[in-house]
Amino acid sequence: MSLLTDALRLAVARGDRAFIPFLAAGFPDQETSERALRAVAVAGADAVEIGIPYSDSLADGPVVQGAYHRAIERGQTLSRTLEMVGRLTRDGFPPVILMVAYNVIFRVGLSRFAALARAAGASAVLPPDLPVEEWCALAGALAEHGLDGIRLVAPTTTQERLPAIVGSATGFVYYISRKGVTGVQSELPEGLEEAVRRVRAASPVPVAVGFGISSPEQAAAVGRAADGLVVGSALVKALDSPADPIGRVRALATGLRVALTGLGPLPPSTP
Amino acid sequence: MNASTAPEELVPDSRGYFGRFGGRFVPETLMTAVGELTAAYERLERDSAFHAEFERLLRDYVGRPTALYLASRLSAHVKPGIRIYLKREDLCHTGAHKINNALGQGLLARRLGKRRLVAETGAGQHGVATATVASMLGLECRVYMGTEDMERQAPNVFRMRLLGAEVVPVDTGSKTLKDAINEAIRDWITNLDTTHYLLGSVLGPHPYPRMVRDFQSVIGSEARRQLMEAEGRLPDWIVACVGGGSNSIGIFHSFLESRSVKLTGVEAGGQGLATGLHAARFAGGSPGVLHGCMSYVLQDEDGQIRPTHSVSAGLDYPAVGPEHAYYQDRGRIDYVAATDSQALAAFDSLARLEGILPALESAHAVAHVVEAGKSLPEGSIVLVNLSGRGDKDLQTVAREKGFTPATGTFAPRP
Repeated sequence: MSLLTDALRLAVARGDRAFIPFLAAGFPDQETSERALRAVAVAGADAVEIGIPYSDSLADGPVVQGAYHRAIERGQTLSRTLEMVGRLTRDGFPPVILMVAYNVIFRVGLSRFAALARAAGASAVLPPDLPVEEWCALAGALAEHGLDGIRLVAPTTTQERLPAIVGSATGFVYYISRKGVTGVQSELPEGLEEAVRRVRAASPVPVAVGFGISSPEQAAAVGRAADGLVVGSALVKALDSPADPIGRVRALATGLRVALTGLGPLPPSTP
Repeated sequence: MNASTAPEELVPDSRGYFGRFGGRFVPETLMTAVGELTAAYERLERDSAFHAEFERLLRDYVGRPTALYLASRLSAHVKPGIRIYLKREDLCHTGAHKINNALGQGLLARRLGKRRLVAETGAGQHGVATATVASMLGLECRVYMGTEDMERQAPNVFRMRLLGAEVVPVDTGSKTLKDAINEAIRDWITNLDTTHYLLGSVLGPHPYPRMVRDFQSVIGSEARRQLMEAEGRLPDWIVACVGGGSNSIGIFHSFLESRSVKLTGVEAGGQGLATGLHAARFAGGSPGVLHGCMSYVLQDEDGQIRPTHSVSAGLDYPAVGPEHAYYQDRGRIDYVAATDSQALAAFDSLARLEGILPALESAHAVAHVVEAGKSLPEGSIVLVNLSGRGDKDLQTVAREKGFTPATGTFAPRP
């Protein structure tokens, strides 16, 4: 059992739901990025997702894209990101998930990328543009280096595809809450709870939900069905502020942490 | 398809692979949609009513077959005794080969019950073709276009608007075709139920590279028949420009099996390969994933996509269709580059010698023939795909040549 799976299970065992904040490495600048990551960890993250800036991230909306472009313009290379992850994970940091475009992994080399991620102290790798049909080689490379590979399930995933995706899932399964790209939305999609239950019933590992969720109210609602919640764009947006960006990120993260705390036992998954 | 025109191997395979290239590298949200599209396309392939409708509209609406023209003065200019034929895709309705694919996919979208088309465009030719087909079929249309391309291909922006399409400026990244594709895919992810993504080149996740190739292969099958009628034999050499690679695959496809025919794709050499300001993926790129498929990509050591440069918006793209990568690996198709200035010179030559203003994209193919045709033996037959016409590029060419409308004179820049 992986550290990451344990972290999510532990949160649920406490009667909470796992809080998984996402931030883009190197945004708005290297120093603030590192401070913000420490701030969300201190606010009670169970795991932290770090986005490796990419020039052409297909599944991201304007907020995360903008953050990636700005980070790249300011010289955020892969090695700088991995160095930062190394500093963060040196002591007492929650498990780190690296969200990274498959081309970056492929270009560096599957096995070499896994070795670098492991050496930096990461727990998992999440390639948002790699469907299950193309996972085989990467799964092997990650397993060889003791890393989890996070797979995504979408609202459009058919009942036929689902077992192939979750059957060999590691860490947790990431359920994409809506048809669309990342970004803050005012409403939760209809039927979300039911959909998450369906995925959870099929999955051997916990299920976390992300895409478009930003408010404590939405977080608590998602917590009725899911083991955990990923919040990204809202935090990135909070960080994009001249006045006290760290304070704003901390406030939002704390609010989300509270909303995901004390929700009681999660109903058992029923197939 | 008879034996003499069959591809040398059945590619792509059922997973969309051309050897090690192609495949499907898209977010999970799209996987069901690309699966359904593949199934629908495979059904239509066997549907004779669909083919009849497609062929009827290619004839009556697009104006096919397009002419095959023996460019005598250009031939003599390059090397006396050779014969250069131009496949006149510039004479298609809307002014480029792009309409062949837009029509095929438009008919497919209608059969899928989609009421909305989204497309990307670089030079604007694919955007115009999609807007045209949407109008003809009564579908909504939205076209994403980089702001840099909107400026250099302004007439096409106006044309799309006149045809009733919405044109959305894309101001992210390099502000060109690559970024327009990103935005079109994001739109598609968000509006899957109502929308068909009408991708304009042999790129993207399976089934696009195959489907677009099939719709464009009419170029080569016509040219083959026309040349056999005119010359009684196959050409020695076929040359086409390669951006994403749809016009080139379209003309090459019927000749892949014919080993005596040399096939050359011409990429954008921009300001020269040594300057780094180009879009020559085979000369300067490496295998990678962009926009849903594995192919040759211009990228840095971290896998970040590199900016490209070309005077022609349609070739200004950092990846190339996976089928091209496959045939380059196998040595069946050669890839070379022509620079901006070579393409502009070829534009002039074709205008002055043949009375044809080619698209700057197509001018790259002409440029390579002007350059390399000098060493051809007497009696050689060359086939060039003139993929589009140059009306959209007049503003760019005027600027490059320092044209002053008030005096009607050119003042070339140093």
